[in-house]
Amino acid sequence: MSFFSFGQTAEIDIVLNDAETRKKVEHKTEDGKRDKYFLFYDGETVSGKVNVTLKNPGKRLEHQGIKIEFIGQIELYFDRGNHHEFVSLVKDLARPGEMAQSQTFDFEFTHVEKPYESYTGQNVKLRYFLRATISRRLNDICKEMDIVVHTLSTYPELNSSIKMEVGIEDCLHIEFEYNKSKYHLKDVIVGKIYFLLVRIKIKHMEIDIIKRETTGTGPNVYHENDTIAKYEIMDGAPVRGESIPIRLFLAGYEMTPTMRDINKKFSVRYYLNLVLIDEEERRYFKQQEITLWRKGDIVRKSMSHQAAIASQRFEGSASSEKALSQAKEEDD
Amino acid sequence: MSEATVADTRRLNSKPQDLTDAYGPPSNFLEIDVYDPQTIGVGRNRFTTYEVRMKTNLPIFKLKESCVRRRYSDFEWLKNELERDSKIVVPPLPGKALKRQLPFRGDEGIFEESFIEERRAGLEQFINRIAGHPLAQNERCLHMFLQDESIDRNYIPGKV
Repeated sequence: MSFFSFGQTAEIDIVLNDAETRKKVEHKTEDGKRDKYFLFYDGETVSGKVNVTLKNPGKRLEHQGIKIEFIGQIELYFDRGNHHEFVSLVKDLARPGEMAQSQTFDFEFTHVEKPYESYTGQNVKLRYFLRATISRRLNDICKEMDIVVHTLSTYPELNSSIKMEVGIEDCLHIEFEYNKSKYHLKDVIVGKIYFLLVRIKIKHMEIDIIKRETTGTGPNVYHENDTIAKYEIMDGAPVRGESIPIRLFLAGYEMTPTMRDINKKFSVRYYLNLVLIDEEERRYFKQQEITLWRKGDIVRKSMSHQAAIASQRFEGSASSEKALSQAKEEDD
Repeated sequence: MSEATVADTRRLNSKPQDLTDAYGPPSNFLEIDVYDPQTIGVGRNRFTTYEVRMKTNLPIFKLKESCVRRRYSDFEWLKNELERDSKIVVPPLPGKALKRQLPFRGDEGIFEESFIEERRAGLEQFINRIAGHPLAQNERCLHMFLQDESIDRNYIPGKV
Protein backbone atom coordinates (compact mmCIF):
# COMPACT_ATOMS: atom_id res chain seq x y z
CA MET A 1 0.00 0.00 0.00
CA SER A 2 1.69 3.26 -1.05
CA PHE A 3 0.39 6.40 0.58
CA PHE A 4 2.24 8.65 -1.76
CA SER A 5 1.46 9.19 -5.41
CA PHE A 6 5.07 8.57 -6.44
CA GLY A 7 6.42 5.01 -6.48
CA GLN A 8 4.87 2.12 -8.32
CA THR A 9 2.54 -0.61 -7.28
CA ALA A 10 1.12 -3.62 -9.07
CA GLU A 11 -1.82 -5.99 -9.11
CA ILE A 12 -1.26 -9.73 -9.24
CA ASP A 13 -3.65 -12.14 -10.88
CA ILE A 14 -3.22 -15.93 -10.90
CA VAL A 15 -4.92 -17.82 -13.74
CA LEU A 16 -4.83 -21.60 -14.17
CA ASN A 17 -4.14 -23.02 -17.61
CA ASP A 18 -7.12 -25.36 -17.41
CA ALA A 19 -9.52 -22.83 -15.86
CA GLU A 20 -12.06 -23.49 -18.63
CA THR A 21 -12.18 -27.24 -18.23
CA ARG A 22 -11.38 -27.90 -14.58
CA LYS A 23 -14.30 -28.66 -12.30
CA LYS A 24 -15.16 -26.31 -9.45
CA VAL A 25 -16.68 -27.43 -6.17
CA GLU A 26 -18.35 -25.67 -3.29
CA HIS A 27 -16.39 -25.50 -0.07
CA LYS A 28 -17.34 -23.95 3.23
CA THR A 29 -15.30 -20.94 4.36
CA GLU A 30 -14.47 -20.23 7.98
CA ASP A 31 -17.42 -17.86 8.41
CA GLY A 32 -19.85 -20.43 7.08
CA LYS A 33 -20.24 -19.11 3.55
CA ARG A 34 -19.94 -21.46 0.61
CA ASP A 35 -17.66 -20.49 -2.25
CA LYS A 36 -16.57 -22.30 -5.38
CA TYR A 37 -12.99 -23.36 -5.91
CA PHE A 38 -11.06 -25.35 -8.52
CA LEU A 39 -10.90 -29.04 -7.64
CA PHE A 40 -7.62 -30.96 -7.69
CA TYR A 41 -6.61 -34.50 -6.88
CA ASP A 42 -3.37 -35.92 -5.54
CA GLY A 43 -0.64 -36.05 -8.16
CA GLU A 44 -2.23 -33.58 -10.56
CA THR A 45 -0.10 -30.84 -12.01
CA VAL A 46 -0.93 -27.26 -11.05
CA SER A 47 0.07 -24.89 -13.85
CA GLY A 48 -0.91 -21.45 -14.97
CA LYS A 49 0.11 -17.87 -15.40
CA VAL A 50 0.83 -15.02 -13.02
CA ASN A 51 -0.22 -11.67 -14.49
CA VAL A 52 1.53 -8.68 -12.94
CA THR A 53 -0.19 -5.44 -13.93
CA LEU A 54 1.53 -2.15 -13.11
CA LYS A 55 -0.89 0.37 -11.66
CA ASN A 56 0.84 3.60 -12.65
CA PRO A 57 1.86 3.48 -16.31
CA GLY A 58 5.25 4.78 -17.19
CA LYS A 59 6.79 4.20 -13.74
CA ARG A 60 9.09 1.26 -13.07
CA LEU A 61 8.48 -1.33 -10.36
CA GLU A 62 11.55 -2.12 -8.30
CA HIS A 63 11.45 -5.52 -6.60
CA GLN A 64 13.58 -8.06 -4.78
CA GLY A 65 12.25 -11.01 -6.77
CA ILE A 66 8.94 -12.51 -7.87
CA LYS A 67 7.98 -16.04 -6.91
CA ILE A 68 5.02 -18.34 -6.73
CA GLU A 69 4.45 -20.95 -4.03
CA PHE A 70 2.16 -23.94 -3.74
CA ILE A 71 1.32 -24.49 -0.09
CA GLY A 72 -0.64 -27.09 1.82
CA GLN A 73 -1.09 -26.10 5.44
CA ILE A 74 -2.96 -26.90 8.62
CA GLU A 75 -4.12 -24.04 10.79
CA LEU A 76 -5.38 -24.69 14.33
CA TYR A 77 -7.71 -21.90 15.40
CA PHE A 78 -6.42 -21.84 18.97
CA ASP A 79 -2.86 -21.47 17.69
CA ARG A 80 -3.32 -19.10 14.77
CA GLY A 81 0.27 -17.91 14.60
CA ASN A 82 1.63 -21.33 13.73
CA HIS A 83 0.79 -22.68 10.30
CA HIS A 84 1.91 -26.25 9.85
CA GLU A 85 2.97 -26.57 6.23
CA PHE A 86 3.03 -30.12 4.97
CA VAL A 87 3.50 -29.19 1.31
CA SER A 88 5.65 -26.23 0.36
CA LEU A 89 6.89 -25.76 -3.18
CA VAL A 90 8.30 -22.60 -4.71
CA LYS A 91 9.11 -21.45 -8.22
CA ASP A 92 11.06 -18.28 -8.85
CA LEU A 93 9.49 -16.22 -11.60
CA ALA A 94 11.83 -13.24 -11.74
CA ARG A 95 15.15 -12.33 -10.20
CA PRO A 96 15.48 -9.02 -8.30
CA GLY A 97 15.28 -6.12 -10.69
CA GLU A 98 12.95 -3.66 -12.28
CA MET A 99 9.76 -4.12 -14.23
CA ALA A 100 9.14 -1.48 -16.87
CA GLN A 101 5.78 -2.80 -17.99
CA SER A 102 3.10 -5.31 -17.05
CA GLN A 103 4.22 -8.89 -17.50
CA THR A 104 2.93 -12.44 -17.46
CA PHE A 105 4.91 -15.35 -15.97
CA ASP A 106 4.24 -19.03 -16.60
CA PHE A 107 4.49 -21.55 -13.78
CA GLU A 108 4.09 -25.28 -13.38
CA PHE A 109 4.11 -27.44 -10.27
CA THR A 110 4.38 -30.89 -11.80
CA HIS A 111 2.55 -33.86 -10.29
CA VAL A 112 2.15 -32.19 -6.90
CA GLU A 113 1.57 -34.42 -3.93
CA LYS A 114 -1.65 -33.47 -2.17
CA PRO A 115 -1.91 -36.10 0.53
CA TYR A 116 -4.88 -34.77 2.51
CA GLU A 117 -8.34 -33.48 1.73
CA SER A 118 -9.18 -29.78 2.16
CA TYR A 119 -11.12 -29.28 5.35
CA THR A 120 -12.69 -26.30 7.07
CA GLY A 121 -13.86 -27.26 10.51
CA GLN A 122 -14.85 -25.84 13.87
CA ASN A 123 -11.34 -25.61 15.27
CA VAL A 124 -9.02 -26.44 12.44
CA LYS A 125 -8.58 -25.70 8.76
CA LEU A 126 -6.54 -27.55 6.16
CA ARG A 127 -6.11 -25.68 2.91
CA TYR A 128 -4.09 -25.64 -0.26
CA PHE A 129 -3.32 -22.43 -2.10
CA LEU A 130 -1.08 -20.73 -4.60
CA ARG A 131 0.63 -17.59 -3.41
CA ALA A 132 2.39 -15.20 -5.79
CA THR A 133 4.69 -12.68 -4.12
CA ILE A 134 6.55 -9.62 -5.38
CA SER A 135 9.20 -9.03 -2.73
CA ARG A 136 10.01 -5.41 -2.02
CA ARG A 137 12.14 -3.57 0.52
CA LEU A 138 9.30 -2.14 2.55
CA ASN A 139 6.23 -4.20 1.75
CA ASP A 140 5.58 -7.24 -0.40
CA ILE A 141 2.73 -7.48 -2.87
CA CYS A 142 0.91 -10.77 -2.46
CA LYS A 143 -1.94 -12.68 -4.05
CA GLU A 144 -3.37 -15.96 -2.88
CA MET A 145 -5.62 -18.37 -4.71
CA ASP A 146 -7.21 -21.22 -2.78
CA ILE A 147 -7.90 -24.57 -4.37
CA VAL A 148 -9.80 -27.53 -2.99
CA VAL A 149 -8.38 -31.04 -2.87
CA HIS A 150 -10.47 -34.18 -2.60
CA THR A 151 -8.97 -37.54 -1.62
CA LEU A 152 -10.52 -40.49 -3.43
CA SER A 153 -10.70 -44.11 -2.42
CA THR A 154 -11.95 -47.26 -4.08
CA TYR A 155 -14.29 -49.85 -2.69
CA PRO A 156 -12.53 -51.36 0.33
CA GLU A 157 -11.56 -55.01 0.04
CA LEU A 158 -12.77 -55.76 3.50
CA ASN A 159 -16.07 -54.21 4.51
CA SER A 160 -17.62 -56.27 7.24
CA SER A 161 -21.04 -55.51 8.64
CA ILE A 162 -21.47 -54.23 12.17
CA LYS A 163 -23.59 -56.55 14.28
CA MET A 164 -23.90 -56.33 18.04
CA GLU A 165 -26.14 -57.25 20.93
CA VAL A 166 -26.46 -54.53 23.57
CA GLY A 167 -28.76 -53.64 26.38
CA ILE A 168 -29.50 -53.18 30.03
CA GLU A 169 -29.73 -56.36 32.08
CA ASP A 170 -33.32 -57.58 32.36
CA CYS A 171 -34.68 -54.32 30.92
CA LEU A 172 -33.82 -53.90 27.26
CA HIS A 173 -31.91 -56.15 24.91
CA ILE A 174 -31.49 -55.29 21.26
CA GLU A 175 -29.41 -56.56 18.41
CA PHE A 176 -28.45 -53.94 15.88
CA GLU A 177 -26.90 -54.51 12.50
CA TYR A 178 -25.53 -52.13 9.88
CA ASN A 179 -24.73 -53.67 6.50
CA LYS A 180 -21.22 -52.16 6.26
CA SER A 181 -18.58 -50.52 8.42
CA LYS A 182 -17.23 -48.37 5.59
CA TYR A 183 -19.60 -46.16 3.61
CA HIS A 184 -18.90 -43.77 0.75
CA LEU A 185 -20.40 -40.29 0.88
CA LYS A 186 -23.33 -41.14 -1.40
CA ASP A 187 -23.97 -44.54 0.08
CA VAL A 188 -26.99 -45.89 1.92
CA ILE A 189 -26.88 -47.29 5.42
CA VAL A 190 -29.04 -50.38 5.42
CA GLY A 191 -29.60 -52.03 8.75
CA LYS A 192 -32.02 -53.34 11.29
CA ILE A 193 -32.78 -53.28 14.97
CA TYR A 194 -34.08 -56.52 16.46
CA PHE A 195 -35.74 -56.41 19.87
CA LEU A 196 -34.91 -59.34 22.13
CA LEU A 197 -36.35 -57.98 25.37
CA VAL A 198 -38.45 -54.89 25.99
CA ARG A 199 -39.34 -54.16 29.61
CA ILE A 200 -39.34 -50.40 29.26
CA LYS A 201 -41.93 -48.23 27.53
CA ILE A 202 -40.28 -46.98 24.38
CA LYS A 203 -41.81 -43.96 22.67
CA HIS A 204 -39.62 -43.76 19.59
CA MET A 205 -36.20 -44.57 18.18
CA GLU A 206 -33.89 -42.53 16.02
CA ILE A 207 -30.48 -42.81 14.46
CA ASP A 208 -28.13 -39.84 14.56
CA ILE A 209 -24.95 -39.18 12.63
CA ILE A 210 -22.37 -37.48 14.82
CA LYS A 211 -19.23 -35.83 13.52
CA ARG A 212 -16.38 -35.56 15.99
CA GLU A 213 -13.51 -33.23 15.24
CA THR A 214 -10.49 -33.83 17.45
CA THR A 215 -7.68 -31.29 17.67
CA GLY A 216 -4.62 -31.09 19.86
CA THR A 217 -2.46 -33.79 21.36
CA GLY A 218 -1.68 -35.28 24.75
CA PRO A 219 -3.39 -33.45 27.64
CA ASN A 220 -4.73 -30.76 25.31
CA VAL A 221 -6.99 -32.94 23.23
CA TYR A 222 -10.28 -31.26 22.36
CA HIS A 223 -13.30 -32.98 20.86
CA GLU A 224 -15.98 -31.02 19.07
CA ASN A 225 -19.16 -33.03 18.50
CA ASP A 226 -21.72 -32.04 15.94
CA THR A 227 -24.95 -33.91 15.22
CA ILE A 228 -25.16 -33.87 11.44
CA ALA A 229 -28.37 -35.83 11.12
CA LYS A 230 -31.27 -37.09 13.18
CA TYR A 231 -33.45 -39.63 11.51
CA GLU A 232 -36.44 -41.22 13.22
CA ILE A 233 -36.67 -44.90 12.38
CA MET A 234 -39.47 -45.97 14.69
CA ASP A 235 -42.48 -44.28 16.24
CA GLY A 236 -44.26 -46.29 18.90
CA ALA A 237 -43.58 -49.16 21.28
CA PRO A 238 -41.96 -52.32 19.97
CA VAL A 239 -42.30 -55.78 21.50
CA ARG A 240 -40.02 -58.79 21.56
CA GLY A 241 -39.24 -60.25 18.17
CA GLU A 242 -39.87 -57.02 16.29
CA SER A 243 -37.42 -56.00 13.54
CA ILE A 244 -37.17 -52.35 12.60
CA PRO A 245 -35.47 -51.61 9.26
CA ILE A 246 -33.01 -48.78 8.72
CA ARG A 247 -32.43 -47.11 5.39
CA LEU A 248 -30.47 -43.89 5.66
CA PHE A 249 -29.29 -42.12 2.50
CA LEU A 250 -26.04 -40.29 3.16
CA ALA A 251 -26.01 -38.08 0.05
CA GLY A 252 -28.41 -35.66 1.70
CA TYR A 253 -25.99 -34.71 4.45
CA GLU A 254 -22.94 -32.53 4.37
CA MET A 255 -20.10 -34.83 5.33
CA THR A 256 -16.41 -35.34 4.65
CA PRO A 257 -14.42 -38.55 4.45
CA THR A 258 -13.13 -39.91 7.76
CA MET A 259 -9.78 -38.27 8.52
CA ARG A 260 -7.53 -40.03 10.99
CA ASP A 261 -4.69 -38.19 12.66
CA ILE A 262 -3.97 -35.89 9.73
CA ASN A 263 -0.33 -34.91 9.89
CA LYS A 264 -0.63 -35.74 13.62
CA LYS A 265 -2.71 -32.58 14.04
CA PHE A 266 -6.40 -33.44 13.86
CA SER A 267 -8.99 -36.10 13.16
CA VAL A 268 -12.52 -36.07 11.84
CA ARG A 269 -14.53 -39.17 12.65
CA TYR A 270 -18.13 -40.16 12.21
CA TYR A 271 -20.38 -42.16 14.48
CA LEU A 272 -23.81 -43.66 14.18
CA ASN A 273 -25.75 -43.09 17.37
CA LEU A 274 -28.75 -45.28 17.90
CA VAL A 275 -31.07 -43.58 20.40
CA LEU A 276 -34.16 -45.02 22.06
CA ILE A 277 -36.39 -42.66 24.00
CA ASP A 278 -38.90 -43.91 26.55
CA GLU A 279 -42.16 -42.39 27.73
CA GLU A 280 -40.39 -40.43 30.45
CA GLU A 281 -37.94 -38.89 27.97
CA ARG A 282 -35.09 -41.10 29.21
CA ARG A 283 -32.57 -41.79 26.44
CA TYR A 284 -30.80 -45.09 25.85
CA PHE A 285 -28.10 -44.99 23.24
CA LYS A 286 -25.33 -46.92 21.53
CA GLN A 287 -22.65 -45.22 19.49
CA GLN A 288 -20.74 -46.95 16.74
CA GLU A 289 -18.00 -45.55 14.56
CA ILE A 290 -18.28 -45.80 10.78
CA THR A 291 -15.64 -44.98 8.19
CA LEU A 292 -16.64 -42.59 5.42
CA TRP A 293 -14.74 -42.43 2.15
CA ARG A 294 -15.04 -40.48 -1.06
CA LYS A 295 -15.77 -42.35 -4.25
CA GLY A 296 -14.59 -41.00 -7.59
CA ASP A 297 -17.23 -40.34 -10.25
CA ILE A 298 -17.71 -43.41 -12.45
CA VAL A 299 -19.13 -43.80 -15.92
CA ARG A 300 -22.85 -44.50 -15.77
CA LYS A 301 -23.95 -47.90 -16.96
CA SER A 302 -26.60 -48.19 -19.63
CA MET A 303 -30.15 -47.54 -18.49
CA SER A 304 -31.31 -51.02 -19.44
CA HIS A 305 -28.89 -52.67 -17.05
CA GLN A 306 -29.97 -50.36 -14.23
CA ALA A 307 -33.64 -51.03 -14.91
CA ALA A 308 -32.97 -54.76 -14.90
CA ILE A 309 -31.27 -54.58 -11.52
CA ALA A 310 -34.23 -52.61 -10.13
CA SER A 311 -36.79 -55.10 -11.41
CA GLN A 312 -34.86 -58.04 -9.97
CA ARG A 313 -34.97 -56.39 -6.60
CA PHE A 314 -38.74 -56.06 -6.57
CA GLU A 315 -39.72 -59.29 -8.25
CA GLY A 316 -36.79 -61.61 -7.58
CA SER A 317 -38.22 -63.84 -10.31
CA ALA A 318 -36.72 -65.86 -13.12
CA SER A 319 -38.03 -63.39 -15.74
CA SER A 320 -36.17 -60.46 -14.27
CA GLU A 321 -33.03 -62.59 -13.90
CA LYS A 322 -33.27 -63.22 -17.61
CA ALA A 323 -33.71 -59.48 -18.26
CA LEU A 324 -30.63 -58.82 -16.15
CA SER A 325 -28.38 -61.20 -18.04
CA GLN A 326 -29.79 -59.95 -21.35
CA ALA A 327 -29.04 -56.33 -20.46
CA LYS A 328 -25.57 -57.32 -19.32
CA GLU A 329 -24.93 -58.98 -22.65
CA GLU A 330 -26.06 -55.86 -24.48
CA ASP A 331 -23.68 -53.84 -22.39
CA ASP A 332 -20.61 -56.04 -22.91
CA MET B 1 -16.57 -53.85 -16.05
CA SER B 2 -17.84 -51.26 -13.58
CA GLU B 3 -20.01 -51.87 -10.56
CA ALA B 4 -23.71 -50.92 -10.45
CA THR B 5 -24.47 -47.30 -9.71
CA VAL B 6 -27.78 -48.15 -8.07
CA ALA B 7 -27.16 -48.98 -4.43
CA ASP B 8 -28.67 -52.11 -2.96
CA THR B 9 -31.20 -50.88 -0.44
CA ARG B 10 -32.96 -54.17 0.18
CA ARG B 11 -33.81 -54.87 3.80
CA LEU B 12 -31.54 -57.14 5.79
CA ASN B 13 -32.93 -60.56 6.54
CA SER B 14 -34.68 -60.83 9.86
CA LYS B 15 -36.21 -63.59 11.89
CA PRO B 16 -40.01 -63.78 11.62
CA GLN B 17 -41.72 -62.68 14.81
CA ASP B 18 -43.47 -65.20 17.03
CA LEU B 19 -47.20 -64.45 16.96
CA THR B 20 -47.58 -64.81 20.72
CA ASP B 21 -44.93 -62.14 21.08
CA ALA B 22 -46.57 -59.94 18.49
CA TYR B 23 -50.10 -60.14 19.89
CA GLY B 24 -49.56 -61.11 23.50
CA PRO B 25 -49.38 -58.70 26.43
CA PRO B 26 -46.23 -56.57 26.29
CA SER B 27 -43.43 -57.29 28.78
CA ASN B 28 -43.32 -53.68 29.94
CA PHE B 29 -46.68 -53.46 31.68
CA LEU B 30 -46.42 -51.10 34.65
CA GLU B 31 -49.25 -48.95 35.94
CA ILE B 32 -49.33 -47.10 39.20
CA ASP B 33 -52.34 -45.14 40.37
CA VAL B 34 -52.31 -42.67 43.24
CA TYR B 35 -55.86 -42.02 44.35
CA ASP B 36 -58.47 -42.03 47.12
CA PRO B 37 -57.01 -39.33 49.37
CA GLN B 38 -58.20 -39.72 52.94
CA THR B 39 -57.60 -37.21 55.66
CA ILE B 40 -57.00 -38.96 58.94
CA GLY B 41 -57.00 -37.53 62.48
CA VAL B 42 -58.37 -34.31 63.95
CA GLY B 43 -57.33 -30.72 64.38
CA ARG B 44 -53.62 -30.08 64.21
CA ASN B 45 -52.74 -33.77 63.97
CA ARG B 46 -54.46 -34.32 60.67
CA PHE B 47 -52.69 -35.71 57.63
CA THR B 48 -53.70 -37.03 54.26
CA THR B 49 -52.91 -40.50 52.92
CA TYR B 50 -53.22 -41.71 49.37
CA GLU B 51 -53.69 -45.19 48.01
CA VAL B 52 -50.83 -46.32 45.78
CA ARG B 53 -51.96 -49.20 43.64
CA MET B 54 -49.54 -50.94 41.32
CA LYS B 55 -50.16 -53.42 38.53
CA THR B 56 -47.21 -54.88 36.64
CA ASN B 57 -45.77 -57.88 34.86
CA LEU B 58 -42.13 -56.87 35.30
CA PRO B 59 -40.29 -59.77 36.91
CA ILE B 60 -38.24 -57.47 39.14
CA PHE B 61 -41.31 -56.73 41.28
CA LYS B 62 -42.18 -59.57 43.63
CA LEU B 63 -45.89 -58.84 43.60
CA LYS B 64 -47.74 -58.42 40.33
CA GLU B 65 -50.37 -56.39 42.13
CA SER B 66 -50.00 -54.35 45.25
CA CYS B 67 -51.96 -51.74 47.14
CA VAL B 68 -50.57 -49.60 49.97
CA ARG B 69 -51.38 -46.30 51.67
CA ARG B 70 -48.76 -43.59 51.72
CA ARG B 71 -48.54 -39.98 52.84
CA TYR B 72 -46.55 -37.09 51.42
CA SER B 73 -43.63 -37.54 53.82
CA ASP B 74 -43.30 -41.14 52.64
CA PHE B 75 -42.80 -39.86 49.11
CA GLU B 76 -40.22 -37.42 50.43
CA TRP B 77 -38.45 -40.28 52.18
CA LEU B 78 -38.33 -42.24 48.92
CA LYS B 79 -36.97 -39.26 47.02
CA ASN B 80 -34.20 -38.74 49.60
CA GLU B 81 -33.25 -42.42 49.64
CA LEU B 82 -32.96 -42.48 45.84
CA GLU B 83 -31.00 -39.26 45.70
CA ARG B 84 -28.53 -40.61 48.21
CA ASP B 85 -28.10 -44.16 46.99
CA SER B 86 -28.65 -44.18 43.29
CA LYS B 87 -26.99 -42.25 40.49
CA ILE B 88 -30.22 -41.17 38.90
CA VAL B 89 -31.64 -37.69 38.62
CA VAL B 90 -34.79 -37.94 40.72
CA PRO B 91 -37.81 -36.08 39.32
CA PRO B 92 -39.34 -33.34 41.47
CA LEU B 93 -42.15 -33.88 43.93
CA PRO B 94 -45.12 -31.56 44.08
CA GLY B 95 -44.44 -28.71 46.51
CA LYS B 96 -44.34 -28.91 50.30
CA ALA B 97 -46.87 -26.05 50.48
CA LEU B 98 -45.52 -24.64 53.74
CA LYS B 99 -47.55 -21.45 53.27
CA ARG B 100 -50.69 -23.51 53.33
CA GLN B 101 -49.74 -24.83 56.76
CA LEU B 102 -49.69 -21.35 58.34
CA PRO B 103 -52.66 -20.37 60.50
CA PHE B 104 -55.30 -17.73 59.74
CA ARG B 105 -55.92 -18.85 56.18
CA GLY B 106 -59.30 -18.32 54.60
CA ASP B 107 -59.38 -21.89 53.30
CA GLU B 108 -58.65 -25.40 54.53
CA GLY B 109 -54.90 -25.02 53.82
CA ILE B 110 -53.37 -28.35 52.95
CA PHE B 111 -56.68 -30.06 53.31
CA GLU B 112 -58.28 -27.95 50.62
CA GLU B 113 -59.82 -30.25 47.99
CA SER B 114 -58.24 -28.58 45.00
CA PHE B 115 -54.82 -28.66 46.62
CA ILE B 116 -55.12 -32.35 47.48
CA GLU B 117 -56.10 -33.12 43.91
CA GLU B 118 -53.14 -31.15 42.57
CA ARG B 119 -50.83 -32.96 44.96
CA ARG B 120 -52.31 -36.34 44.10
CA ALA B 121 -51.67 -35.79 40.40
CA GLY B 122 -48.10 -34.68 41.09
CA LEU B 123 -47.41 -37.71 43.27
CA GLU B 124 -48.81 -40.04 40.62
CA GLN B 125 -46.56 -38.52 37.99
CA PHE B 126 -43.59 -38.76 40.33
CA ILE B 127 -44.03 -42.41 41.23
CA ASN B 128 -44.69 -43.52 37.66
CA ARG B 129 -41.59 -41.74 36.43
CA ILE B 130 -39.46 -43.27 39.14
CA ALA B 131 -40.82 -46.81 39.01
CA GLY B 132 -40.12 -47.06 35.27
CA HIS B 133 -36.46 -46.15 35.67
CA PRO B 134 -34.25 -49.23 35.18
CA LEU B 135 -31.78 -48.09 37.85
CA ALA B 136 -34.43 -47.12 40.41
CA GLN B 137 -35.96 -50.59 40.01
CA ASN B 138 -32.81 -52.04 41.61
CA GLU B 139 -33.24 -50.06 44.82
CA ARG B 140 -34.64 -51.76 47.91
CA CYS B 141 -36.38 -48.54 49.01
CA LEU B 142 -38.56 -48.40 45.89
CA HIS B 143 -39.80 -51.95 46.38
CA MET B 144 -40.51 -51.29 50.04
CA PHE B 145 -42.40 -48.10 49.18
CA LEU B 146 -44.58 -49.79 46.57
CA GLN B 147 -45.15 -53.25 47.92
CA ASP B 148 -44.55 -53.45 51.69
CA GLU B 149 -47.44 -52.72 54.02
CA SER B 150 -45.48 -50.03 55.83
CA ILE B 151 -42.17 -48.34 55.41
CA ASP B 152 -39.49 -49.41 57.84
CA ARG B 153 -37.32 -46.33 58.16
CA ASN B 154 -34.66 -48.39 59.89
CA TYR B 155 -34.22 -50.67 56.93
CA ILE B 156 -30.85 -51.49 55.46
CA PRO B 157 -30.51 -49.63 52.16
CA GLY B 158 -29.28 -51.64 49.20
CA LYS B 159 -30.01 -53.18 45.85
CA VAL B 160 -32.48 -55.97 45.14
